[in-house]
Amino acid sequence: MTSDQIPRAEQARDFGFETRQLHAGQRPDPNTGARAVPIFQTTSYVFEDPESAAAYFNLQEYGNTYSRIMNPTVAVFEERVANLEGGAGGVAFASGIAAQAGALFTLLQPGDHVVSSSALYGGSVNQFKHWLRKMNVELTWVNPDDPDAWRQAVRANTKAFFGETIGNPGGNVLDIETVAAIAHAHELPLIVDNTFATPYLCRPIEWGADIVIHSATKFIGGHGTSIGGVVTEAGTFDWSNGRFPVVADPSPAYHGLQFHETFGTYGYLMKLRAETLRDLGAAMSPFNAFLFLQGLETLSLRMERHVENARAVAAFLESHPLASNVTYPGLPSSRYRPLVEKYLPGGAGAVFSFDCAGGREGGQDLIRGLTLWSHLANVGDAKSLVIHPASTTHRQLGDDELRAAGVGPGTVRLSVGTESVEDLIWDLQQGFALVAATAGRKVAAP
Amino acid sequence: MTDLARYQDRLTIQRVLHTAKTIAIVGLSNTELRASYFVGYYLRRHGYRVIPVNPRESEILGQKCYASLLDVPEPVDVVNVFRAPDALPGVARDAVAIGAGALWCQFGVINEEGARIAEDGGVTVIMDRCLKVEHARYVGRMHWLGFNTQRITSVRAGLQ
Repeated sequence: MTSDQIPRAEQARDFGFETRQLHAGQRPDPNTGARAVPIFQTTSYVFEDPESAAAYFNLQEYGNTYSRIMNPTVAVFEERVANLEGGAGGVAFASGIAAQAGALFTLLQPGDHVVSSSALYGGSVNQFKHWLRKMNVELTWVNPDDPDAWRQAVRANTKAFFGETIGNPGGNVLDIETVAAIAHAHELPLIVDNTFATPYLCRPIEWGADIVIHSATKFIGGHGTSIGGVVTEAGTFDWSNGRFPVVADPSPAYHGLQFHETFGTYGYLMKLRAETLRDLGAAMSPFNAFLFLQGLETLSLRMERHVENARAVAAFLESHPLASNVTYPGLPSSRYRPLVEKYLPGGAGAVFSFDCAGGREGGQDLIRGLTLWSHLANVGDAKSLVIHPASTTHRQLGDDELRAAGVGPGTVRLSVGTESVEDLIWDLQQGFALVAATAGRKVAAP
Repeated sequence: MTDLARYQDRLTIQRVLHTAKTIAIVGLSNTELRASYFVGYYLRRHGYRVIPVNPRESEILGQKCYASLLDVPEPVDVVNVFRAPDALPGVARDAVAIGAGALWCQFGVINEEGARIAEDGGVTVIMDRCLKVEHARYVGRMHWLGFNTQRITSVRAGLQ
């Protein structure tokens, strides 16, 4: 096609999730025709002329300047996640925790206040409790299952609500629509960490969430190869409502630009990229973005299998005499069943915990007895993973905080992979055999 | 409520983007940090002839500025509106009077009467959409910054 021809018009069509997980964000490379996403392993980009360079830095034109701020491979990943989540756009970060820091950093300033679910990933608890406090941001933990707790925690200086679609590791399912309505009644955005559900199982923006965060390290990547994170924003929140001068007022960090007024729907995302990512510096590498894209191509297929296996493993544990308190929200007996039916009809993910008989020692014995499940600090790998939170991911938490996060001394967290499920159950039986044997020796000892 | 979907048709948007050459921007600001200036600057970079319409200015973006659409001495393909919604009926009447091809109303510039006046006068209406964003979506580089263009295509396009 030459430039003076009118391109073939693209028809309006609501493409399915499985189509979009393969195609969104990428068009065949105009230079080479490459079908796969090229890895643009470059720090920087040659400008056509001085005027173009100025236009890129002034944000008057969409242009590549420096890979700390944008990169064509990373951009495909960002757009694909944004498309799958139904957001206006995405900004990728070097990790999920960096993505979370970036999302918050963009809308907070010292003296602000955040209301957060107490049932969070231990790394998020640390970040909120210590790092936010260092930034002079106050925090209120609430029981995510109690709408009144959210409502009553709002103060004049509150700037955001934060929760996880499926709490780690307690399996709380967030009533996104209700909590979003409370946030919006107070002119606040709801931020949701959707890592455990992935956009295949739940799309929080469809239920009113304003910002969605992922640790891409988990199911999005799926292969346990790369650390990364991504922020998606709906583009519908009114950042000019008077509560968010850091987003709406002329920015001293960008020659007086008013991001929300100038870019409207895209204002928060522009600020997140052009200021926060620029200044935090936690950019995703192009190679990691490429690996995450390989993961996204099969997201729906893997999640269906993860869910199928998780249901079987949870059912096995629920009937096992040495296991109790199986928190898989996908179990028919779960108290979250109505919320699962509403928000997670395709399945409640594949990460959950249970309490092993024998407390702290019982949990550790179970892990000692396993030979197929990998004992490590990650979730969402295609391989099945196991960990004892009280001695690892949640180690920095006090007893009260452990309880609030749904973690007991014998709690074991599982991330159910895509292996043959009978092998996974066989291995758990080995683990329980060791728990039983150890407990038996103790009973027998004088 | 105005049925916005009929003013946001993807095929119509692409036709207007690909056929327009001259764009009159009503309410174009001479302040570099205003959204209208960003749009005018961008459209000029991408080869459109941009005609400012603003009674308070004489020249914007190096182009002669006219007080009214009726003063513009050449054919206009698209009238791009950055005005309060209640100004739209008047702008629409002027757009019909000068025989413009399309009336493109930016984010929030929503007025049913204005849309009807333009349509009755044979002018295509696009409403609550940003001309810069739609250009960047279909022709430009919006995808370079991770925005959701909602485009799905395996067609190999030319260099941008």
